[in-house]
Amino acid sequence: MADAEENEEIALTDDQKFDIAKWFLLNSPPGEIQYVAKDLQSVLNDDNVYRRAASEAFPLYNKSHVVCLQFPNRSGEVLVSSYSELSEDEYLDPRTAQVGKVDHVRQICTQIRPARDEELPSPYIEEYRSALDVEISKYVGEAYPKGVCSVYCTSGKDVEDYGSDFELVAVITATRHSPQNFCNGSWGSIWNIEFKDELQTVEVRGKVQVSAHYFEEGNVQLDAKHECRDSTIFQSPEDSAESLMNIIRHHETEYLTSLQASYSNLPDSTFKELRRKLPVTRTLFPWHNTVQFSLTRDLTKELGIEK
Amino acid sequence: MEAAMGLMRRMPPKHTETALSALLSLLPDHSSDLLSQIDQPLQVLCDVDNAKEFILCEYNRDADSYRSPWSNKYHPPLEEGIYPSSELRKLEIEANEIFTVYRDQYYEGGISSVYLWEDDDNEGFVACFLIKKDGSKYAHGKRGYLHEGGWDAIHVIQVGPEVQGMAHYCLTSTIMLSLTTNGDTSGTFNLSGSIRRQMKADLCVEDGHLCNMGKMIEELEGKLRNQLDQVYFGKTKEMVCTLRPPSELLLPMALPEARKP
Repeated sequence: MADAEENEEIALTDDQKFDIAKWFLLNSPPGEIQYVAKDLQSVLNDDNVYRRAASEAFPLYNKSHVVCLQFPNRSGEVLVSSYSELSEDEYLDPRTAQVGKVDHVRQICTQIRPARDEELPSPYIEEYRSALDVEISKYVGEAYPKGVCSVYCTSGKDVEDYGSDFELVAVITATRHSPQNFCNGSWGSIWNIEFKDELQTVEVRGKVQVSAHYFEEGNVQLDAKHECRDSTIFQSPEDSAESLMNIIRHHETEYLTSLQASYSNLPDSTFKELRRKLPVTRTLFPWHNTVQFSLTRDLTKELGIEK
Repeated sequence: MEAAMGLMRRMPPKHTETALSALLSLLPDHSSDLLSQIDQPLQVLCDVDNAKEFILCEYNRDADSYRSPWSNKYHPPLEEGIYPSSELRKLEIEANEIFTVYRDQYYEGGISSVYLWEDDDNEGFVACFLIKKDGSKYAHGKRGYLHEGGWDAIHVIQVGPEVQGMAHYCLTSTIMLSLTTNGDTSGTFNLSGSIRRQMKADLCVEDGHLCNMGKMIEELEGKLRNQLDQVYFGKTKEMVCTLRPPSELLLPMALPEARKP
């Protein structure tokens, strides 16, 4: 039976292998893609297919997980994300106005160069961007033991003066990798901030994603997501930055509280929906005395009190 | 094989099926190893004779048909399927009845099936106890807390031959679960995972195989549930609090008296 099935199986084409390899890499938990890559190489046993899959999957993974890479001279770091991306392997760090060249598969920054003028926002925008960067860095330093953040201009970076809309994005990421304890996790938030000149308002949209993986003799993963919106008024760079930081702090603190509530609801409500700790009778199941069940069941049927 | 297992403990538990079928197609020579070491989410069929659902697994499968524990018939019908001996079938019927009550008391819903078959290698038999519960508010979630919630329990127990009134029992239990809550202010919160443990015992046959197997299953299932709750969920919570500590942890100098309830 099993043999017949095996014979029917046609050998995979390289493209199918490539798709599978890419799927495994992209589904790696935070901080684990190198381990997945190693196991995958030995399962795949095909260097060409692996290299092709890795060269496509790693950049996508690094960007979606907002991987943080140290500059080679340790003078700072660059976040790999779609907001900082100048080209496939060049990413901007607006704080130091430097561009890091990234080796996606090795997950390192190999070179840095000063950013060119056209890669940076106008002085008018930069005032808003850097003021927000200062506030958010202060907040991240307080709230996250190992947090990193950056603020980018994603639209209207060449606006020179009042009278036009522009958009900033604040990215906050914190990761913890503890493979010796079989535990990895990441917290990432992305805040889209639209400055609307006509209405003199600032619209804020936040997305927070938290994951954790514990895999000592098992595999358990947390995957939590939250989105929220808020707004404030268009003010000077410093005042805008401060009220935006307060909005972000408020929403993130509130979200953390709700995450903790989700955890504390587990034992008595949510997890109980799957299986109770003790039977409804609140005593262990009477395996010694199971004859009664056929009797009581017949009785409940006769009395018509069956559920 | 080791690398394949390494991949399985890293892939998101909700993608177990996809990951397993990918590995099966990459490593066709290891298919039986992979299938025996990686548990898949349980599937269900309806027994046409008495409109009762039963659970599918490798142990009640013959060709492309599955034997129902309720009618003892293969679905879809099979000319010459494998059946347990009449003696084992009697125990199987009893086990299914009692396990239904056990399942109801612990799960308040769900589906269970028990399958027995002869173990020719060591003159005993093997039993497989399965439970599947959908605890979402759309299914068997009594309290309506879960947007999505699945629990699959697989207990395979090998029972050795009776020697001087004693028998050796070896139980392997796997729990696979996923639970999701969804709220406007709290967003989507999902925990999913699987763990597998083993338990062995030499027990007196006088109490009956069913009683012995049942007690072991109840004990190990309870242990696994506790471990998931305390250890596994606990570790992910710890991780969240390391990433972004709650504010009370950030102010260790705050007056401790002031925070007492």
